[in-house]
Amino acid sequence: MNRGVIAELERIAGTRNVLARAEDLVLYEYDGSVEKARPEVVVFPTSTAEVAAIVKLAIKHDVAIVGRGAGTGLSGGALARGGGIMIAFGRMNRILEIDYENRRAVVQPGVVNFDLTRAVEHAGFYFAPDPSSQKSCTIGGNVSENSGGPHTLAYGVTSSHVTGLELVLPNGDVRRVGGRLSDAAGYDLCGLLVGSEGTLALVTEIVAKLSKKPEAIKTLLAIFETVDDATETVAELTARAITPAACEMMDGWTLCAIEDYVHAGFPRDCGAVLLIEIEGIAEAVAGQAAAIDEVCRLHHARDVRTAKDDKERELLWKGRKTAFGALGRLAPSNYVLDAVIPRSKLPQALRRVVEMGRECGLQVGNIFHAGDGNLHPLVLFDPRKPEEFREAVRVSEEIVRYCVSIGGVLTGEHGVGMEKAELMTLMFSEADFALMRRVHGEFNPTGLLNPGKVFPMGKGCGETRVRTSPMHAVAPA
Amino acid sequence: MSAVGARPTAARFENAAGAGHLQAEAERVAEYAIDGAAPKFVVRPENAEQTEEIVRIALEEKLGVVACGGRTATGLGMPPASYGVALDMTRVTGIASYDPGDLTVSVNAGMPLAELERVLAEKRQFLPLAVPFFEKATVGGAIAAGLDSPLRQFYGTPRDYMIGAEFVDGTGQRAKSGGRVVKNVTGYDFHKLLNGSLGTLAVITRLNFRTYPVAESRKGFVASFKDETSGLRFTRAVSGSVLTPIVMELLSPECAGLLFEKYAPFASLWPGKQEWTVCTGFEGSEEVCKRYQRELARQARDAAAENAVVLHDEQFAALLELLREAPVTMRDAARQAVVMRFTTLKSQMGDLIRAVRSFAGSSWMKTAALARSGSVLYAVLQPKEGDETALKQVEYFWKSAGSLRGKLEFQGSILFCPTEWKRTLNVWEHVEIDEEMERKVKKAFDPSGIFARGRFAGGM
Repeated sequence: MNRGVIAELERIAGTRNVLARAEDLVLYEYDGSVEKARPEVVVFPTSTAEVAAIVKLAIKHDVAIVGRGAGTGLSGGALARGGGIMIAFGRMNRILEIDYENRRAVVQPGVVNFDLTRAVEHAGFYFAPDPSSQKSCTIGGNVSENSGGPHTLAYGVTSSHVTGLELVLPNGDVRRVGGRLSDAAGYDLCGLLVGSEGTLALVTEIVAKLSKKPEAIKTLLAIFETVDDATETVAELTARAITPAACEMMDGWTLCAIEDYVHAGFPRDCGAVLLIEIEGIAEAVAGQAAAIDEVCRLHHARDVRTAKDDKERELLWKGRKTAFGALGRLAPSNYVLDAVIPRSKLPQALRRVVEMGRECGLQVGNIFHAGDGNLHPLVLFDPRKPEEFREAVRVSEEIVRYCVSIGGVLTGEHGVGMEKAELMTLMFSEADFALMRRVHGEFNPTGLLNPGKVFPMGKGCGETRVRTSPMHAVAPA
Repeated sequence: MSAVGARPTAARFENAAGAGHLQAEAERVAEYAIDGAAPKFVVRPENAEQTEEIVRIALEEKLGVVACGGRTATGLGMPPASYGVALDMTRVTGIASYDPGDLTVSVNAGMPLAELERVLAEKRQFLPLAVPFFEKATVGGAIAAGLDSPLRQFYGTPRDYMIGAEFVDGTGQRAKSGGRVVKNVTGYDFHKLLNGSLGTLAVITRLNFRTYPVAESRKGFVASFKDETSGLRFTRAVSGSVLTPIVMELLSPECAGLLFEKYAPFASLWPGKQEWTVCTGFEGSEEVCKRYQRELARQARDAAAENAVVLHDEQFAALLELLREAPVTMRDAARQAVVMRFTTLKSQMGDLIRAVRSFAGSSWMKTAALARSGSVLYAVLQPKEGDETALKQVEYFWKSAGSLRGKLEFQGSILFCPTEWKRTLNVWEHVEIDEEMERKVKKAFDPSGIFARGRFAGGM
């Protein structure tokens, strides 16, 4: 990176808010995925004006920009594939306004997801999107990737919880779309921008909806001897139109790893469990719990336990949400997949995923949002063994292809990013890409923002300008 | 007009849609007039492929295209600048795929909402798209029009349950976004842009939705209050409690009169001309419904309700229909009725209602108002029959609404008014948008401006 650019960044954001030494930058070449790409400089703005100034500087020097929250993403969305400047929003982390009467909070993008809930829970509210990384991921990152979480089964992904955005466009202009009102005026630009993975604009402020805490919560742990029984249960719950707030599945092997790690109270000798949560007024929760219990037992549940208090409930969820960390202890690296299938096809899909895992010879764990058909197979591998890495990527791609082939989609909550850009052709036609490129071209005409994401490099990258950089590196060798 | 000079074009359209599915005779195309202007051609494709072909022909022939379904909401927005082709989508109908076990449905754009409702009801499911003109409207038309459903209180707007779309864009290409699964963040969410875009971005050919189970029971609670302040106090208390009703509407005395007077079973719900009415709906098991009844009755008492009654399932279904069709009832309340739709913050709804009534009162116009889910306000102005100053009064009202800027956070548009008044009134006057950003979207979807140009906010 040109020393003059770094000096100008230091002038805009302050010396302490710019990192350019190789040993500092290495920390920013990763996110939660298996991808890798190093920025040439990282800057931590503290205001929208600074972000706009950085964008104008990037235009002047024709350097790519990528936005980053906490770097917990799982698709390589926040990696500097085109090198250039990484704008890390971690220091724009203030909650600017909380409006209980209208159920809105205005936050900067670097606010940690769970910090917003913590700030409003005393008044009986919370922020509904709850990714597993919610204690570290940022709301700006959630907006960019349109993140989900276990409870999005009932409450929807991030786009259902955002009504307004402040943006810095790739020409450095600051704009607002939406606001505190429930409905968009004009075209629903907020709906377009949430989930656009930082390819259309940089988000510098978010108007988030606050949700009301339910009167009653009941958490059930249904224990099954086989994965098949658990998946058949989920398919039947859906068919009977029983929609809990969350319905998570973990296979037996994963449960043992979790127990070794956090002692959450999961059984070590079963095929799978369903962690099911029901929320609402007490009468509704009682009725749903009885219906769910009946379906679980119909499908041979060995036991259906109810968390007896908040402490037990929190422990069960801690087990679920730290599962990826628990599995991370078993191998030097892992590849977390994200694909969605129609819920009625869950039993057959899981059987096929288990089969593919067995065939490839790598350990594949299954822990996922069963209620909405959002699979997260996790493949363990050793990146020091190139053949293992290649096999992990191959089987992962095969699983995703299979999911799409039975009516599913590439990603339910992690985004396309770098990881699935080449697989986009499985779902989209040339005409679909043409429209996406025109929209991309209108908002981000020079490809300054987050190059090399969402669009397949082999298809249309001539038009969707992808920058390259000498620093550019992809995946472990 | 004579179709003679346009015969080659007509032949191309007819070739694309099949014999008998092109109309160019004056009396037939007149049925498709929008704000007094008739198209040159009416073309009725049977599927997405034909739709694509027709849009390509229109592009080559430089003819503006307005897609339509049940033609119930074609008067929304400003008149289109160019209207060469009415693209009647009613033959692109039927369910494309429906697996009740997945709680998702994929439906062709021209399918009537009422027909879809019947198909879903057979599996005890429904779509919360209870919008005006329900019996005639098509699914695609309802999404393009972006009208409200009283069920938004709990189920939200199509943004929350529309999971994918297929459409023909302004380059004459079939494209899509989303999918048929309930959770999906793959690619740009273009289907969200189509909602409420009045056909200015693309011709919708198919839509995918998540569906919802029909609850064991669905009941209502109707309470009346001496003024809007008490009524709003009640709605705020309910919203702030643990209850999650599916419907919550506040009706001004005049609005309650319009809706209830004409429907005998509800006459008793409208005890006096001075009272404000809150209609609440809730659903679930019998135990859940009993709990709602108890809690709502207590909260109504606390808010000094004058009167309250519980509606059983059939009564509530009838009430829901009345509320669903309220904007149409308002439009039909007077020959020159002007129906407006505002959105505002819950905390400012009371101020907005009072301002609207005050402005109307100062022009000696009758008005009626319905506040939906605390954030949407429908209001109708009813100028006196034969009053020559009616347009001037409405114009004064509409300008006056602008004076609320800076005091209230709101957006406001005119849904229905006499066609000729659109020469004077900008129906989008109080919708604040970033035109440059919106234009980027319009240009990307419809580079030649072929789709209903000028109809939408900002002249889009």
